[in-house]
Amino acid sequence: MTAVDTRPAEPGPVDPDQPSASADALLARRSWKSPILFGVFAILLFILLVPFGRGGKAIFDFTSTSQKDAYQIPLLTLDSHLTEIITAIILVLMAAGSAYFAVKRRKMPLWYVIVFTVIVVFGFLVWTSADTGHNLTITSLLVGGLGLSAPLIFGGLGGVISERVGVTNVAIEAQLLFGAFLSAVAASLTQNLFVGIIAAMVAGVLVSFVLGAFSIKYAVNQVIVGIVLNVLVLGLTTFLYEQVLVGNASVLNAPPQLTVINIPLLSEIPIIGPLLFSQTIIVYIMYVAVAAVFIGLYRTRWGLRLRAVGEHPQAADTVGINVARTRFWNVALAGAVAGLGGAFYTIGSVGSFSQDMTNGAGYIALAAVILGRWDPVRVTLAALLFGFAENIGLAAGPMGSAVPNDFLLMLPYLVTIFAVAGVVGRVRGPAAAGRPYIKS
Amino acid sequence: MKLELRGITKNFGALVANDHIELAVEPGEIHCLLGENGAGKSTLMNILYGLYQADSGEILLDGVAQHFAGPGDAMRAGIGMVHQHFMLIPVFTVAENVMLGHEQSKAGFLDLSAARAKVREISARFGFHVDPDALIEDLPVGVQQRVEIIKALSRDAKVLVFDEPTAVLTPQETDELMVIMKQLKESGTAIVFITHKLREVREVADRITVMRLGKVVGEAEPTATNAELASLMVGRSVELTVTKSTAVTGEHALVVEGLSVIDAHGQVAVDDVSFEVRAGEILAIAGVQGNGQTELTEALLGIQNRVTGTITLDGKNLRDLPINEILEAGVGFIPEDRQDDALIAEFTIAENLMLDRADGAPFVKGGALQLKYLAEFATEKVREFDVRTQGIGTMVGRLSGGNQQKVVLARELSRDLRLFVAAQPTRGLDVGSIEFVHERIVATRDSGVPVIVVSTELDEVVALADRIAVMYRGKFVGIVPGNTSREVLGLMMAGEVPAGTEVAA
Ligand SMILES: Nc1ncnc2c1ncn2[C@@H]1O[C@H](COP(=O)(O)OP(=O)(O)OP(=O)(O)O)[C@@H](O)[C@H]1O
Ligand SMILES: [Mg+2]
Repeated sequence: MTAVDTRPAEPGPVDPDQPSASADALLARRSWKSPILFGVFAILLFILLVPFGRGGKAIFDFTSTSQKDAYQIPLLTLDSHLTEIITAIILVLMAAGSAYFAVKRRKMPLWYVIVFTVIVVFGFLVWTSADTGHNLTITSLLVGGLGLSAPLIFGGLGGVISERVGVTNVAIEAQLLFGAFLSAVAASLTQNLFVGIIAAMVAGVLVSFVLGAFSIKYAVNQVIVGIVLNVLVLGLTTFLYEQVLVGNASVLNAPPQLTVINIPLLSEIPIIGPLLFSQTIIVYIMYVAVAAVFIGLYRTRWGLRLRAVGEHPQAADTVGINVARTRFWNVALAGAVAGLGGAFYTIGSVGSFSQDMTNGAGYIALAAVILGRWDPVRVTLAALLFGFAENIGLAAGPMGSAVPNDFLLMLPYLVTIFAVAGVVGRVRGPAAAGRPYIKS
Repeated sequence: MKLELRGITKNFGALVANDHIELAVEPGEIHCLLGENGAGKSTLMNILYGLYQADSGEILLDGVAQHFAGPGDAMRAGIGMVHQHFMLIPVFTVAENVMLGHEQSKAGFLDLSAARAKVREISARFGFHVDPDALIEDLPVGVQQRVEIIKALSRDAKVLVFDEPTAVLTPQETDELMVIMKQLKESGTAIVFITHKLREVREVADRITVMRLGKVVGEAEPTATNAELASLMVGRSVELTVTKSTAVTGEHALVVEGLSVIDAHGQVAVDDVSFEVRAGEILAIAGVQGNGQTELTEALLGIQNRVTGTITLDGKNLRDLPINEILEAGVGFIPEDRQDDALIAEFTIAENLMLDRADGAPFVKGGALQLKYLAEFATEKVREFDVRTQGIGTMVGRLSGGNQQKVVLARELSRDLRLFVAAQPTRGLDVGSIEFVHERIVATRDSGVPVIVVSTELDEVVALADRIAVMYRGKFVGIVPGNTSREVLGLMMAGEVPAGTEVAA
């Protein structure tokens, strides 16, 4: 054999476990996105709490308005200045901690994000209520937050089901709004709340039928169909509201309201009782729905097939699963779930329907789907985050906050943008979501 | 179960993909289906599996006529298929993929333990090592294919179709698959085996049917020589070995030094690799699939983003240049996965032929496509590269696998090249087309272009290479002359350098 040897031969087997120096340098790249986001929040809060800190006292009130607690937690009075400084220091330390995760190339655990968020909120509340003379009524703040979250959770679950089966669901807003409308009218006409709840689900399913027919059968772009549906339902309900409901409000728009059901014993636990166990039937259905979708998605045949169709429809087809049918009926189911969320706006809280009463909640629910990475439990947590953020915005004003009210109302949207852009980053949704399956 | 196809006919528009096909496969028989690219083999099998509906003809199982409305029906009737493009869900586990479509439930919940047991039981029967809880996306292709086989067997498939199963396998995996097929045959399964590799045919086939242009053109004995089989397939005699003169090499054209690549999973895929390629020579990169060859070629083309080291072509640094400038520097590239990386299935042949040349004359003038020029160009290339198609307006996704590859070749080889990188250039091609592609690669070399050929096929490496670099776990085990024996190459592919081997640089 001839050999043009210019370099010494590498003897023996190559050692694969010894990456060379240049490869090592490459490995050193890390993701700094989370630490940067945490850092920005920590610095903002630090500036707010320390140089612009407000003195006086922050009084926390944990009792429920109904005063049914088995045990009355006494008022908690904190010195604002001291609390603000301690909070600011903790936040800075936690931001540093997130940098540590990045350096070690470890994934930040979910609890870390939750704890950080809670402390940010806590610091803001102490600051905003300092020296106003108002008590911070924690329980009612939480109850209100859950109330705003409930439709988002239903909408989010609807989004999860629909997107996991491969149909992008931008029409959550339409499903919520139509659900709100139809449940109010049906319950008002029949004076029967059960009929109202069913009507809300029917409304969501009707929207889904249109979405399903166009996007599955005719392969129209799913996002476009969704947006058109949102606009259509907004126009339709507004028209009917102004032309029909306003004139005949006593017949068509005077539904009864769902009553609060107190779960014996559980509802008397301080804070948790009024928050979780003193709610309407819709909220209890919501608990069941979250658990059912979670277990169903991962542990049942329904869930396995649904995810298969959303990930790789052709593979599902070759094992005898009817892709179009699976998609259509699950999108319908998603509509029913989201529609229930709509009922929460009317018979679940205020009773009567008013124009555009969902006010963009469907889009927030869509953001929760993405932030929650298409997982029912994470999506629920994301929806809770958005709901609570919105409620703090609403409640802080009356509590005498120094921040202008209009700014506070932007809070949920700011949180959404930060959360989706920062924490989520690049995520992988269901591989075939948004893509029609056309057999050749 | 005995399978009979009678008078199967399938038209795609004016094209007759299957023309009154007759085929019978006995239980316990491996029946090889041979034929050039576009002969209609996959179409026939898709009809059998219920994916396509035949225009006429019938399918009989044990003499009973069947009517399959979809794959579900075919599966229930006992037909299994290992598709060339695996039908597995990447984010599911092996057990979930195997149970999908015929899930067992216990009290409403998926009975995963039953599915796992099934996977283990079938694996044990054939001596596979497949972890039922592994995610598909983490498994090498060879193992994924086993999952496909387990999937079919878990449904008690009595007729099993393998559509070009070996195209993506390493030589070792291919040998193992042959053993599995023989075991299946012993247990009474009827097997249809489609391949372009004649060595495999002679190893396992009991009977051979040859198709050409949608028709069955004859049967052959497993004892037939390669040349006989090849000429029956292509309809003319085929040169099975490449004739090439000794390389007339020039300057060091491509110089790579200290190249390392970190892949998407954060693993070191290419680890400090250095080599040169002279103008007018072919450097073949051999090695078992997945040892960093893909990442190496992608780094050369600038589509890997975590790269260190230097890449110099004719004295010009290529590293960190945007892809369009690398193309402009004259780098031609045939990626390994033509469907995903080289072609747009919904574009026509003509459009695909000008994909990377849309930024100037002669295809674009003043922002407008020169459709007339494009049509002439495309017609000429389709003729030159013998792309079997109804016309240049056909969508590429409708072409047979081999013809898609020819479109990529035609595009890349019709540019003015300074470097040509071909990864698995003949994967899925029939013998006639392989002959043609090899001739073109050698012609490219002889025109003074440095050529890199990445191949997991030793036959191809030995046929083309002037020098051979063997890659193992991201590093070059060594660079040896083109006439190194297969035994030595085989050992090197396992990471060993046999004593006495002279390693060139
Ligand atoms: N869905 C389709 N629509 C139109 N034409 C098609 C379609 N599928 C296949 N064809 C055409 O039918 C012919 C046979 O294709 P087929 O895929 O069966 O070939 P093959 O024998 O499997 O070739 P290869 O060895 O390259 O895989 C080809 O000319 C191809 O272009
Ligand atoms: Mg084929």
